[in-house]
Amino acid sequence: MSASATPAWFQLDWRRVGRWGGLCALGIVLVSLIGMPVGLDRRIIIEGRLSLGYLALIWMPLLFGYLVPKRIVLEGVENPDPGIRDVLAGLCAGVLAGLGPLLLILGIDNFNLRKPLVNWSPQLLELLTFGRGIGYGVAVWFAICAVLGLVGSSMHVLPANVRRVVSFIAYGLLFISVLEAAIDDLSEGFGLESLTDAMYARRGGLTVKFSIILAVVIGVLSIVTKGRVKGAANHYKGLQGAERKRASMLLFSGVTALCIVLPMFLGMIMNELLANVGLFLLLALGLNIVVGLAGILDLGYVAFFAVGGYTTAVLTSAESPFFTPELHFGFALIVVVAMAGLTGLVIGAPVIRMRGDYLAIVTLGFGEIIRLLFMSDWLKPYFGGAQGITNVPHVDLGFAVVKGTDPRSVFYMVLVLCVLAVYVSWRLQGSRLGRAWMAIREDEQVAEAMGINTVNAKLMAFVVGAMMAAVSGAVLAAKVGSVFPNSFMILVSIIILVVVIVGGMGNIAGVLVGSFVLIGVLGGPRQPGLLQEFQSYKLLIYGALLVFMMLKRPEGLVPSARRSQELHQEEFLQDAWLKGEDHDIEEAAEAAAAVGGSEGTGDQA
Amino acid sequence: MSAEQSAGQTALLEFRKVNTHYGAVHILKDVDLAIYPGELVCLLGGNASGKTTTLKTLLGMVIPTSGEVVFDGEVVNHQPTSYRVANGVTMVPENRRLFKRLSVKENLVLGAYLRKDKDDIEADLEYVYELFPRVKERLNQKSGTLSGGEQQMVAIGRALMSRPKVLLMDEPSMGLAPALVQQNFELIQQINDEGMAIFMVEQNANMALSIADRGWVLQTGMVVLNDTAEALLANPEMRAAYLGEA
Ligand SMILES: Nc1ncnc2c1ncn2[C@@H]1O[C@H](COP(=O)(O)OP(=O)(O)OP(=O)(O)O)[C@@H](O)[C@H]1O
Ligand SMILES: [Mg+2]
Repeated sequence: MSASATPAWFQLDWRRVGRWGGLCALGIVLVSLIGMPVGLDRRIIIEGRLSLGYLALIWMPLLFGYLVPKRIVLEGVENPDPGIRDVLAGLCAGVLAGLGPLLLILGIDNFNLRKPLVNWSPQLLELLTFGRGIGYGVAVWFAICAVLGLVGSSMHVLPANVRRVVSFIAYGLLFISVLEAAIDDLSEGFGLESLTDAMYARRGGLTVKFSIILAVVIGVLSIVTKGRVKGAANHYKGLQGAERKRASMLLFSGVTALCIVLPMFLGMIMNELLANVGLFLLLALGLNIVVGLAGILDLGYVAFFAVGGYTTAVLTSAESPFFTPELHFGFALIVVVAMAGLTGLVIGAPVIRMRGDYLAIVTLGFGEIIRLLFMSDWLKPYFGGAQGITNVPHVDLGFAVVKGTDPRSVFYMVLVLCVLAVYVSWRLQGSRLGRAWMAIREDEQVAEAMGINTVNAKLMAFVVGAMMAAVSGAVLAAKVGSVFPNSFMILVSIIILVVVIVGGMGNIAGVLVGSFVLIGVLGGPRQPGLLQEFQSYKLLIYGALLVFMMLKRPEGLVPSARRSQELHQEEFLQDAWLKGEDHDIEEAAEAAAAVGGSEGTGDQA
Repeated sequence: MSAEQSAGQTALLEFRKVNTHYGAVHILKDVDLAIYPGELVCLLGGNASGKTTTLKTLLGMVIPTSGEVVFDGEVVNHQPTSYRVANGVTMVPENRRLFKRLSVKENLVLGAYLRKDKDDIEADLEYVYELFPRVKERLNQKSGTLSGGEQQMVAIGRALMSRPKVLLMDEPSMGLAPALVQQNFELIQQINDEGMAIFMVEQNANMALSIADRGWVLQTGMVVLNDTAEALLANPEMRAAYLGEA
């Protein structure tokens, strides 16, 4: 690429531009044909300007524009400063991305492919052309894509401060409009309806006027808070001994107080959502021990959830076919924990000696077998077959009644159980058993050579995980008031696994964040999240997220610093190797070590 | 030397006519071995001659099909690895095999997994730091990111943390730079001088025999030579096969 005729600012990496621009066009076509734009068009983000449907399309040119000029800054190699070339590259990629809408508009206008492609529809055409005709639509889309590509890529050129303000405003607006339901709910609780009435339009979405005000406020805030949060975090990390303990206690009590007070001001729907998040958090914490700490890839985890639910239903419901006395929930919970431990042993014993992938497949089978057993006619006299068991009573705690129609009460119960589970996880992680689990995860044979009884330790992980899942199942039964085999599909296992992976395996804080983000925003297998419109795309998004995380951020959303360093070091090396043409692998390794920072591998000879 | 020892003392570790199989394949064939307190013994042999299998059989990770594995006079054929570790054997595995994503400190502490004496564990940690000042500097680093030489130190340190009577080492100089190999052997000798018996598998026969008291030579699972180190170094057969003199 040393053609002397082209000016320097026009010497783009055309291959890269072509690749990202093409991918983006493809992405736009795919997302459109999945039906997102039309399906999500009803959810307004900014009144009269932007719906979630359009947002589902336009984030792509923005992101891809940002990605085009992005590169790893290598040490010891000449790194050209980001400049006009990079912005141009974004612009070109954006223009290329405009081919996506072009293809769709012309395609839908001229061919009828509705038979194979359900979403190849006039509505999509209408949406893509803004109802103003083909020419207008094509032109506007090219303009939109080009401008967004330009904006995305100019992020590299903007001074850090401006970048910060811009991204804060974008994320802030998005956040506040996505959380509309929650904020509405909360303001009702606080009697601040007049505020939300001004914020959100009647048909949903932020009003234009308020968006502007909000943008200004967020912008100012982002400047004012610059460095504060990081500073506080660093200050916290720097604390030692007693002071650290005091700060931790303060933080913990703050969060606890928030968790106790907030639900009082929330309505039904939000409390229901929080209760669901809590239920899945409980599940995820258990699976985190099994997969994250002990490294056992258990894909049949839902089995224990089912055992918990069914045990509770059988023991407490008057309608359960063969056990009629109604036991109290508290007593049932003890039996549930014992049953779960027993099931953990029974399922665990035969599979625990298997190696990773075999174990995954066999547990997957067990998970499904348990559900089929509960559904079978053979066990119908015990578990009610496909009809399940209904009439699971409320939980009477003496001072309060926990029932599904009052999600706040459920949330409080789940909260207590979650706090308990977090504490148990945290203590286990630092314990001798926890260390044994991690050793097994790293190298089972050597762990055995250290004198660890690997079979017992792995069984323990299985059992502890099973117990947490079963407790969650018990609460689910009491909350819903019934259990059905179909509440315990394999899908539950998969989604919890995604939560654990996305959050960061073996990392309690990560699991917390993962549960809130995924279950809270997208929703659980059957439970709606904040973005109810995404209901039909949930699995797709979960899948895409899983692939993305495995490829790009194997350490999860909330990595422990050490873990992320190591994983990315490998990635840098791989990148360098793949792009062997550009630079030396050793240099990349050094750069990676430098990125690793203080823990760098300084004198690797 | 070995004669007078076998007269006076019981062996720490002993094989009596041990045979092992992987599936139907016969690996160790009627192997007799003995390691006495304070000795530095090396086990030599070509690739696939069964050296690693010997160590695994000592540790209980491979169960002999016939013959006896004896610790201090006690037959331990049916005791699990944890029992044998608790009774004074540990291994520095081939290629070190640290717990890569765990910190150096965590690796060391895992070495003392079976011990309950907290204070003594602290003292032994200090001993390891003294032996390897480099390790102390890197306690919180993830062990997978250490250099090869540093990993070797941690692997040895981890093994020492169980307070073994006999330290089993599987090819400790594998993958180390020539300068480090020399240093590594000096270190092994130093640990041995402090009284610990060492049973070392090595390909580097010259070096190994130069520090060892005695050596055993395995060939396709059979002990073909067993003598003092000096005698082995002088043995013409040995020189031709293993010491690089054709
Ligand atoms: N788990 C196993 N299953 C089946 N065969 C095995 C197993 N482990 C080792 N073997 C075989 O047993 C023989 C001896 O192996 P061993 O590892 O003891 O050799 P070694 O003397 O340590 O060799 P090297 O010097 O190459 O490490 C080899 O032929 C090997 O293929
Ligand atoms: Mg070997």
